[in-house]
Amino acid sequence: MAILTVSGLRKSFGASEVLKGIDLTVGERELVFIIGPSGSGKSTLLRCLTRLEEPSAGTVTFAGVEVTARATNLKLVRRSMGMVFQSFNLYPHMTALGNVTLALRRVLKKKSAEAEALGRSALAGVGLADKALSYPSELSGGQQQRVAIARALALDPKIVLFDEPTSALDPELVGSVLSVMRDLRARGMTMLVVSHELRFARDAADRVVFMDDGRIVEEGPPETIFNNPRETRTKAFVAQLIR
Amino acid sequence: MTAWQRFLDTFFKPEMIAQYWPSIAQGVLVTVEIASAVVVTGLALGLLLAALRAYRLAVCNVLIVIFVDVLRSLPPLVAILLIYFGLPSVGVSLPSFVVLWLVLSLVLAAFAEEIFWAGIISTPKGQWEAARSTGLGFSETLAFVVMPQAIRLGVPPLTNRTIAITKNTALGTVIGVGEILNQATAAQSFSGNATPLMLGAIAYIVLFVPVVAAGRWIETRFAWRRA
Amino acid sequence: MDQIGQQFLNLDIMLQVWPLLLRGLSTTLYLCLLVIPLGLAGGLLVALLLLARSRVVQWLAIALVDLFRAAPPLVLLILIYSGLPFAGIRLSPTAAVCLAFFCNTSSYYGEIYRAGIESIGRGQWEAARSTGLNGWESLGFVVLPQAVRNVLPDLVSNTVEVVKLTSIASVVSFPELLYSADMARSLTFNSSPVVLAAIIYLVFLWPLVRLISRLERRVATH
Repeated sequence: MAILTVSGLRKSFGASEVLKGIDLTVGERELVFIIGPSGSGKSTLLRCLTRLEEPSAGTVTFAGVEVTARATNLKLVRRSMGMVFQSFNLYPHMTALGNVTLALRRVLKKKSAEAEALGRSALAGVGLADKALSYPSELSGGQQQRVAIARALALDPKIVLFDEPTSALDPELVGSVLSVMRDLRARGMTMLVVSHELRFARDAADRVVFMDDGRIVEEGPPETIFNNPRETRTKAFVAQLIR
Repeated sequence: MTAWQRFLDTFFKPEMIAQYWPSIAQGVLVTVEIASAVVVTGLALGLLLAALRAYRLAVCNVLIVIFVDVLRSLPPLVAILLIYFGLPSVGVSLPSFVVLWLVLSLVLAAFAEEIFWAGIISTPKGQWEAARSTGLGFSETLAFVVMPQAIRLGVPPLTNRTIAITKNTALGTVIGVGEILNQATAAQSFSGNATPLMLGAIAYIVLFVPVVAAGRWIETRFAWRRA
Repeated sequence: MDQIGQQFLNLDIMLQVWPLLLRGLSTTLYLCLLVIPLGLAGGLLVALLLLARSRVVQWLAIALVDLFRAAPPLVLLILIYSGLPFAGIRLSPTAAVCLAFFCNTSSYYGEIYRAGIESIGRGQWEAARSTGLNGWESLGFVVLPQAVRNVLPDLVSNTVEVVKLTSIASVVSFPELLYSADMARSLTFNSSPVVLAAIIYLVFLWPLVRLISRLERRVATH
């Protein structure tokens, strides 16, 4: 059951075309992993899905709603598509709890008590119940990213998009974030992940997509992509990553 | 009389101090009232204009930029004289303290707008993206995520600027506002002694040195630690 | 509407008073040429005092700077201009204005220089000293040029403030631009001269203010 369908997606920045026609489907409960060299358009693809970048052409359909249609209420769509950024983007002037509950209060219009309860449970879900009243500047990189994940989860999304969630973290802290993502997977969340963490892909992904130069070159189960890729470009990329 | 005694007699004559300190105190009250009003309205207006500018409406922006540039380029005294002496001839007669408050508020608003605006545009794009990704609208993001950060960034330069502008309440003396300097110069010409003038100067110093010191403290405390 | 034009934008009167305002403008410029370099130089001295090794000198300097930053410039001016004669010290109007402005602007410029010098990392001093330059040479050739570049927006901004400040000299009848305009106003019972003076100030200062905005924004986005 495809929950996300991308069809013929193109994106140009001025004269340079970054996405050259992407067709992709993500099924419910699937964890789809996107890999590729830098500049291949992976992040741009993710950002086009919620229209943080406006696609130049093509359509995105999510949970039956055409996201790319002009009339679509983006606020509603974005509530059900969670996004986690490489640089966390936590609000520095609010506590962890404040970060998580802001949208609950403003977008879902929940009362403070209810919002706080939901916020605390979201933080507990990422193992940071005791850091609810800490400010981002008091948290490690890994903890900040986990708060960012809790912030995305608090709105009860139908899919979570991860844009290089561990690339900005010190190696020791990566594990804590990955374990939260594994947890999420086990709970049945649909996830679309752009990342270099290949071991995680091998263990947890249902499908791996290899992108290069604005196009999807190859996709398939992790065993195929990592051990037995069809395309030479895929082979070359995977070979240089797996040491 | 030695030079020192002459100096004391000119600037610190006890009888003068006793006689005129009440009127200086009265002036202090007026100065504080007007300065406080200027700070409140000036900062509020500056904040509003900066927020408005975030919506990037072309006509609005041009008007705001013109307003801000003119008020930052014009000496306040020019505006004060223009409004106080000019408007009555076209039928609008404003009391002197209103003119003083109006001009100083607008000047503060202009400087504050620039400072807050600099804060808004230096807020990382990621903050906007994270907030919009959770479904928050433009206005909500501006109000709850971006403006608080812009205000924090703006506090250090703003304290200095606010102090400088509120000191301009002394200009009110030119149009007869009963603030400290006015009381002091009136007393001085009345009594033929410079002691009231010195009293006035001391009143200003007593009033503003704590404010300047507080400003220093605020600046160091608000050296913002980014996450 | 027409009345507003008559009162504020009367071209005949503006043409009439133009020579008078021109003279006022030249006095303003003369005043600026005196006061700004004095302030810049004085500010440097103040900054050195603020950064002096002796605690006593530092505290004294801070006290003086805060004093002059707390006192409104107009108060200082009137105290010097109207008050000193009572003590038997009679200064020429120009000297009185210059003295008042010197005290005020040196304090502000001094604080700006100090912030700039402090923002230069210790490493620069050490590098300079280790190549054999003494303290003064290190300051003059290595630290100060960088410090000035860092605080350039503030220096320009303060200079604009000083130019605007010259208008308060009108209160003690110093014949600068605003004084001339105000005199013309009371003679003609018309505010157009003051509008003309405002326009002249704008012509000189608007470009600088635009420049400052751009510089400020560049510094803020760090």
